[in-house]
Amino acid sequence: MSEPGMVLNNPVQVGTREQDLILGVQRGQHELFYELVRPYERRVYAAALAILRNEHDAEDAAQEAMLKAFANIRQFRAEARFSTWLIQITVNECLMRRRRERTVVMEGIDGRRSGRDDEESEYAPRDFADWREIPSEALERKEVRQRLAEALGTLDRKYREVFVLRDMEHLNIQETAEALGITVASVKTRLLRARLMLRDLLAAGWEQGWFSRPPFEKGNKPW
Amino acid sequence: MVDQKMLNCEQVWREISNYVDGDVEAGLRSAMDEHFRTCQRCASVLAGTRNVVQLYGDERMLEVPAGFAQRLEKRLAKNAAVKGGGWSSWAAWLVPVAALLLITGSVLLTNSLSGGRFLRSHHAEPANNIPPDLVVVVSDGSKVFHVAGCPYIHDKASERTITAKEAMRDGYVPCTRCLRQYLKTGLSGRPGVEVADDDRAEAEDEGEGVLSTAGH
Repeated sequence: MSEPGMVLNNPVQVGTREQDLILGVQRGQHELFYELVRPYERRVYAAALAILRNEHDAEDAAQEAMLKAFANIRQFRAEARFSTWLIQITVNECLMRRRRERTVVMEGIDGRRSGRDDEESEYAPRDFADWREIPSEALERKEVRQRLAEALGTLDRKYREVFVLRDMEHLNIQETAEALGITVASVKTRLLRARLMLRDLLAAGWEQGWFSRPPFEKGNKPW
Repeated sequence: MVDQKMLNCEQVWREISNYVDGDVEAGLRSAMDEHFRTCQRCASVLAGTRNVVQLYGDERMLEVPAGFAQRLEKRLAKNAAVKGGGWSSWAAWLVPVAALLLITGSVLLTNSLSGGRFLRSHHAEPANNIPPDLVVVVSDGSKVFHVAGCPYIHDKASERTITAKEAMRDGYVPCTRCLRQYLKTGLSGRPGVEVADDDRAEAEDEGEGVLSTAGH
């Protein structure tokens, strides 16, 4: 059994155990449900946060999505991936919340902003720092993770949602399109822009050493 | 059509995300490979884009607030406790089934007494020009579909979204409130029918509420 937060790196083993858990819950062993969803709780929360942008709302929506998954688990069919099904329920829950809460004003603001940098128009990279290394070990540092989260938070909603579902939740293009109710072409266009915008935002930080050394050392402030 | 032998930087940037995903055809890929070999700027954009995908795709980027897991487990356990016997308990079906029979009987009786003319529901009216791709909300509480956010959605816990076409195919009918614009309104030729229909819609919604409540 995988511990919370562990990377699920053995799909066959995970699949078999997961199928057993799903069957068990469908047959009334409700106590198995938490074990079933536990490996995905962080992904569910991340998807909710990407859409709602508020930690409290995201946590509540994530819990609500889990409850809906529990209530509807008999409708889950084995041909789908459980994680994708769960993420789609989460996205639906969050999109409904956003509509319910009448964030029309915010949508309007987003709309105006997107009018300025329309997704149909070209996005040209602005920073050409030679960023060849892959500094994944930098993720051990909380400040780096925070920087990345902040950069993501600056993206317009439509770019952020696509990016999170595709590159953080690892849904494929088609699944991302279905979850958000947009076309495959829109997913690709938004994903391209999101990746290039994040690259620009982070390339500046890369030049200033965010990823290679602690950002608050004397004489090394990243701003 | 892009001349793949003579790609310029803008053309490369436009495809760079698909390139990272391995979603470009072989000819374009080799043209891009060639471009990256000779263009320092585009090679830098590619490296940065790959780094973005790799960094954000890392599990460590998925952080939850302290205590998240405990709160989730607690809420799930509480929900399971409230559910009690859960789905397998046949007794849980008795109440809604009895309520359904009672209400159906009442409607049939009243309908037969009135000749069936005045209790004809909006739901019996065919939908008019509902866009088939319209995303609508259905729930287990009734066979009615709604626009998201409609206050008359029952059994919100089981809400899910599908297209209007799928909803109608599965036997759902449009909500007389939030999808009113698509319904053929009025039972033709009867004066004051709009008001009467409003009242009936109210009654129908309340009827569904009884069913839904009983179903919990």
